[in-house]
Amino acid sequence: MKILVCISHVPDTTSKINFTEGDVKFDINGVQFVINPNDEFGLTRAMWFKEKQGATVDIINVGGPETEPTLRKALAIGADSAIRINMTPTDSFQVAKELSGAVKDGDYDLVIAGRESIDYNGGMVPGMLATILGANFVTNCIGLEIEGDKATAIREIDGGKETLTAALPLVIAGQKGLVEESDLKIPNMRGIMQARKKPLKVVEPSQSETRTEAVKFEKPAPKGEVKMIDPDNLDELIDLLHNEAKAI
Amino acid sequence: MSVLVYIESEEGKFKKASFEVASYAKEVAGMMDTSVTGVTFNAPDTAELGTYGIEKVLNIKNEKLNKFNAEAYADALKQAAEKESSKVIVLSQSANSRYLAPALAVQLEAGYASNVVALPESTEPFTVKRNAFTMKAFNITKITTDVKIIGLAKNAFGVKEHQAEATAEEFSPVLSDEDFSVNVESVDKATNKVTIADAEIVVSGGRGLKGPENWEMIEEMAEILGAATACSKPVSDMGWRPHSEHVGQTGKPVASNLYIAVGISGAIQHLAGINAAKTKVVINNDPEAPFYKAADYGIVGDAFEIVPKLNEKLKEFKAKNA
Repeated sequence: MKILVCISHVPDTTSKINFTEGDVKFDINGVQFVINPNDEFGLTRAMWFKEKQGATVDIINVGGPETEPTLRKALAIGADSAIRINMTPTDSFQVAKELSGAVKDGDYDLVIAGRESIDYNGGMVPGMLATILGANFVTNCIGLEIEGDKATAIREIDGGKETLTAALPLVIAGQKGLVEESDLKIPNMRGIMQARKKPLKVVEPSQSETRTEAVKFEKPAPKGEVKMIDPDNLDELIDLLHNEAKAI
Repeated sequence: MSVLVYIESEEGKFKKASFEVASYAKEVAGMMDTSVTGVTFNAPDTAELGTYGIEKVLNIKNEKLNKFNAEAYADALKQAAEKESSKVIVLSQSANSRYLAPALAVQLEAGYASNVVALPESTEPFTVKRNAFTMKAFNITKITTDVKIIGLAKNAFGVKEHQAEATAEEFSPVLSDEDFSVNVESVDKATNKVTIADAEIVVSGGRGLKGPENWEMIEEMAEILGAATACSKPVSDMGWRPHSEHVGQTGKPVASNLYIAVGISGAIQHLAGINAAKTKVVINNDPEAPFYKAADYGIVGDAFEIVPKLNEKLKEFKAKNA
């Protein structure tokens, strides 16, 4: 089985979010970049298929050279080789289209992505990729087993979960639950050394069209002061929630 | 040319999120000088939808669509959009809508903006404001295609009533076997529990509760208020509560009217995830907890004393205001 894991290069979850150039560009000053958490659950699941079922695991990113340390980290976790499509994407459809070319070229059976990146939160690249490829698709995936060319996946739904079956080729959008947080792998020294020698192929983009354009960014209005309530006067809280906030 | 809306139902009832989506679509249709068409799947009665501005309903009756199937639903919606020559399609951000929207976008060659929080700033060019960076920022997005898809964030617009007559028409999209190539084997859903996605009120517990055995008072509060229960990331990582309750950046977003956090200090990832909740209450024994900076109302003290007392008072309040 050939697996391709899509890796987004995103600001660490603790990052303060600021914009520059008249609020049109994300300010990377002082920001640490990491593997998108939703992708990391998928990468770890892919490692399981590698260890238990002899799968090969490649990783891919659509991004500039600055994303390579993130790809090297994924290689240090255990992926076999990396592909970087050399462009700074501006739109989800464009990313999906670029990825689709690489998936066809590499003849992958299973593509694992995250349910969304934690920067733009579009939540649409994996689904678009599957539709472009004509592959089956499961999002919000919290469980995945493969037997032969048949997959059983569990999808989280509002208020529960459902079990789905589908044939490969398949695209998965994973999230926490696909593996446990405690199963996530921290690269060890040996992995890091090996990762330096693993192939990282840079591919020029096919110049896909875009369908949306991020015009500018805004930060939420600052929050008003918190109103403190005496723990011996809980009636006040109920009164405020009822009459002021109209929340109960 | 009408604005098309995907109307979701559950156990034979339309979802509140769909009324919100319809209300939003009505306003967008006004900006574009057109009307709203709703698409329903196996709905017994669609008259109610008029109240939310829907003038025409395409009611799809097809037994194969009794269970949600993303590909088949996307195909049906695509055919409905083509039939109506719709240029704008609006859906909610429920798990199911988010599942089918990307496929629909590719099939209609449409640009899709998810997590949209306000009416379009303009319809020519078509620009919308959406959540980004897990609600730490907004992103103004221009959709440059002829057909546009909008995923409306929960509770971003509200439900607005109109007085339209909804005329229903049966609609039979042509579906192929390929539409069902992902097979739904089983659905496991608690029917008596309020979900975080649909809840008006969410009651959430953190590490300050010291152990899973202490969740009874959180569940009691949720029951009194008709709320969903949630938790912080460490609590779900330690297995005190299921992952499905984890709210925050890598968990679920919360956009309820009220969010009550007990024993949660307020890590930046957690605060991002609950930013869209309208009113936030924090109960914590640490007056320095960062959550107070993000909250509307705060109480400093021992949750094990405060919550049971608060529950009694909420019960009295509910009894009086029933």
